[in-house]
Amino acid sequence: MDTNPIALENPMDGPHIDISAVTPARADAAGKTEAVVFEVRDLAVYYGDFRAVREVNVDIREQEITALIGPSGCGKSTVLRCFDRMNDLIESARVEGTILYHGVDLYADNVDPVEVRRRVGMVFQKPNPFPKSIYDNLVFGPRLNGIKRRSELDDIVERSLRRAALWDEVKDRLKASALGLSGGQQQRLCIARCIAVEPDVILMDEPCSALDPIATARIEELMKEIVSEFTIVIVTHNMQQAARVSDRTAFFTTEVNPESDRRTGVLVEYNRTSKVFSNPDDERTELYVTGRFG
Amino acid sequence: MTVVTSSAAPIDLTTNPRRHRKDVAARWVFRVGAWTTFLVTILILLTLVVDAWDFVSKLLDEPGGLARLTDIGWFPRRGLYDIGTLVIGTLLVTGIAMLVAVPLGLGVAVYLAEYAPRRVRRVVKPAVELLAGIPSVVLGYFAIATINPQFVTRVFSSADKAFTLMAAGIAVGILTIPIIATVAEDALRAVPMALREASFGLGAHRLQSTFQIVFPAAISGIVAAVILGISRAVGETMVVAIAAGAVGGGLRSWDPLHPGQTMTAAMAALGFGSDQVAGDNLAFQSLYFIGLLLFFMTFVLNVVSDLLVRRVREEY
Amino acid sequence: MALSTPATIGGGTAADITRALTKRTIDVKSKVVEFLLLGSLALTLLVLLILMIDLIQRSWSVWTDRPWSFLTGTLNSQNAAAGGIGQAIRGTILLSIIVVLVAFPLGVACAVYLEEYAGRSRFARITRINVRNLAGVPSIVYGILGLAIFVKAMGGLTGGSSVISGGLALSALVLPIIVITASEALRAVPRSIREGALGVGATEWETVRSHVLPAAAPGILTGTMLSLARAAGEAAPILLVGAATGLLRTGQQSILEQLQGGFTALPVVIFSYARQPSDDFRALTAAASLVLLVVVLLMNGIAIWLRNRYEQKW
Repeated sequence: MDTNPIALENPMDGPHIDISAVTPARADAAGKTEAVVFEVRDLAVYYGDFRAVREVNVDIREQEITALIGPSGCGKSTVLRCFDRMNDLIESARVEGTILYHGVDLYADNVDPVEVRRRVGMVFQKPNPFPKSIYDNLVFGPRLNGIKRRSELDDIVERSLRRAALWDEVKDRLKASALGLSGGQQQRLCIARCIAVEPDVILMDEPCSALDPIATARIEELMKEIVSEFTIVIVTHNMQQAARVSDRTAFFTTEVNPESDRRTGVLVEYNRTSKVFSNPDDERTELYVTGRFG
Repeated sequence: MTVVTSSAAPIDLTTNPRRHRKDVAARWVFRVGAWTTFLVTILILLTLVVDAWDFVSKLLDEPGGLARLTDIGWFPRRGLYDIGTLVIGTLLVTGIAMLVAVPLGLGVAVYLAEYAPRRVRRVVKPAVELLAGIPSVVLGYFAIATINPQFVTRVFSSADKAFTLMAAGIAVGILTIPIIATVAEDALRAVPMALREASFGLGAHRLQSTFQIVFPAAISGIVAAVILGISRAVGETMVVAIAAGAVGGGLRSWDPLHPGQTMTAAMAALGFGSDQVAGDNLAFQSLYFIGLLLFFMTFVLNVVSDLLVRRVREEY
Repeated sequence: MALSTPATIGGGTAADITRALTKRTIDVKSKVVEFLLLGSLALTLLVLLILMIDLIQRSWSVWTDRPWSFLTGTLNSQNAAAGGIGQAIRGTILLSIIVVLVAFPLGVACAVYLEEYAGRSRFARITRINVRNLAGVPSIVYGILGLAIFVKAMGGLTGGSSVISGGLALSALVLPIIVITASEALRAVPRSIREGALGVGATEWETVRSHVLPAAAPGILTGTMLSLARAAGEAAPILLVGAATGLLRTGQQSILEQLQGGFTALPVVIFSYARQPSDDFRALTAAASLVLLVVVLLMNGIAIWLRNRYEQKW
């Protein structure tokens, strides 16, 4: 797989560049402007009274990998979980501001979170396959969507596993328990499971933090392959990983409230990855990416 | 630089005898506690086995011998000891009890574990635990005073007006609900949140997540809960002693709408003097024989249930 | 590309996407199931309520006519007008005291041994298995134990069918429960507390006495209260031991005579009155049941409240 042409040795400035000139691998997307999937305006998330993250403004673009980076506790995962309404599962969580998904307000009263989650999938930090067979893990989602015919399901299983680069390893043991796979394989299975419902966006919350470097590398490769079909937003602790895979990066940091001593996350900078890592606008970003902080 | 050692008395690192003695004494006291539990088990087994054996060997001396154990009915005063009658009675009562307790108990468990908001759960869970504290005599009385007249006889016109196994079964079921509910709820809560998140993340409703992912993942614990409930129902004595009716004995029957005999009811009748077979005669000793059988049944059920619960604990 | 979710990518307009996201297939099945689940909870709690109302209703005449004579009266299954639960209350109290004196120390001792001393040894494993099995043995078997051992074999000491025998049989019944709950309470005490004490040179016994037991005390007390509530409500063991169900003559007796003589208890009285065919006894049975129910539920309630209040988040 080629290295990302927007690499550190070839810095670009500003977001107004015609992609097709710089990324031959995406020539077939030529003519497509950078359509925005999520528009986030003044997003703040509260857990009870506590404001976990504030004033987030980003645009997530289609078929790109956007990385959310920053030290721990700065609200990256919290922001990520807003995109698929997963924060709804926490009783005390409250969201302020707007997130537009293809122009539609994600948190409007009449929006069904279940429908949102069918289109916006998530891969979690620790692989969480169901304690069922590999096959059953993969068909759970499609079955929910009404696909019942065995032949269709078999197709979906094979397709998803191929795209997740797991087919060759498990094709002979689809009925075996998913829990018998290695950590890296389980995570790829979770990605395949996600892909099986044909989402629009895939959110990844530190997907490699529980994996060894080799498994990590395979998943990073995978990400770069599938981004041609899915928009990817990834939260990562590992800034080198962000530099390796992402097109755009959002850097968060924490601010300590002097009275309450609680930390609130805040978005510092959001730019193309190359710029964030070589020529960031904000000093705090520079301190972080050069390893002098966090 | 030379190392200077203190010229004071050498440091004594040996045990302080007085404190050590106390420690040893305390240890022995606690050991006694542990041994007591074994003593109880041994005494129970001894009593049951010796006296049951005594009963059987005496029975062998009687005309008919062991055939008495499968004769037409359970009439100890007349020397008829059909165990089958009792076992069938126990099965009927337990079956009816499970028909009541399993749906309600599991329903409560699923609701509390998957649906109830935190505030509701904080209030409701103790209430369900309280239900477990209702003394069985009270429920036995409730069975003959209310369940049978107001409910059973209204629904089933052919039911006996005073005593039915059905009413007893329903009361035993009520007693068993909290056991099934608490153990099953524990099993459901033991399923890691990550599995639910994965399921919701794929766009599942709560219904689908609960029954297609969480419930199957907790199945060992849920089965354990049901088995524990069965064990409780099998061993329940006072409800059937009051509400099942047939004191002197009973014929073998599969009809729950009439008075009947269960293993525990028969034991109660013999033991409480209701059967007028006091003393050490053969009839009275059949009590130990049933007791041994009962002990064995509940023992097996409890062991199986226990194994399943440990499996749940290991998985998570 | 997301194929099965039409009109959401690129060419989809905002209107299409809104429609897709807000399409609420009225999920009838979901609602029905949730209703059923809530219903099972409601039904379960309703039963408790119905039971209480029923008892109050039936026993009303006793409370309005002769509450005091009922509460202090003697066990009398011949004459409903004279029957009371005074002796029964005394019997239940005596039995409870015996259970506390016998089962509590032995049970806690066993738990301490298992959690603090024996740890993972084979002996501990077998003991735990044994205790768990004992907890599941039906109460009537403990009655058999009481009859054969405490009444017959040890009749000389206990006085035969006496409060002592009954108390011992009940103690055997609740012993496993106390061991299990005390074990849990001890296990919940974090290792750091023990290590802190041992670190300053305390012996095991001193650590247990001054640090572990006090920390586990609320949990142990809760377990004991639950066991007492259980013992107070049990009838089968003491009936088998020979509690009086007909008439009980207790005149001026010395303490020892009382302890070694005939006795009765609340659950026994309920059993006795419940079996009387005459209608006169209906109200009595309900009244006695109400008293026992309230006492037992109160004890359980206090135990649960204690547990919730003192549940320390370490």
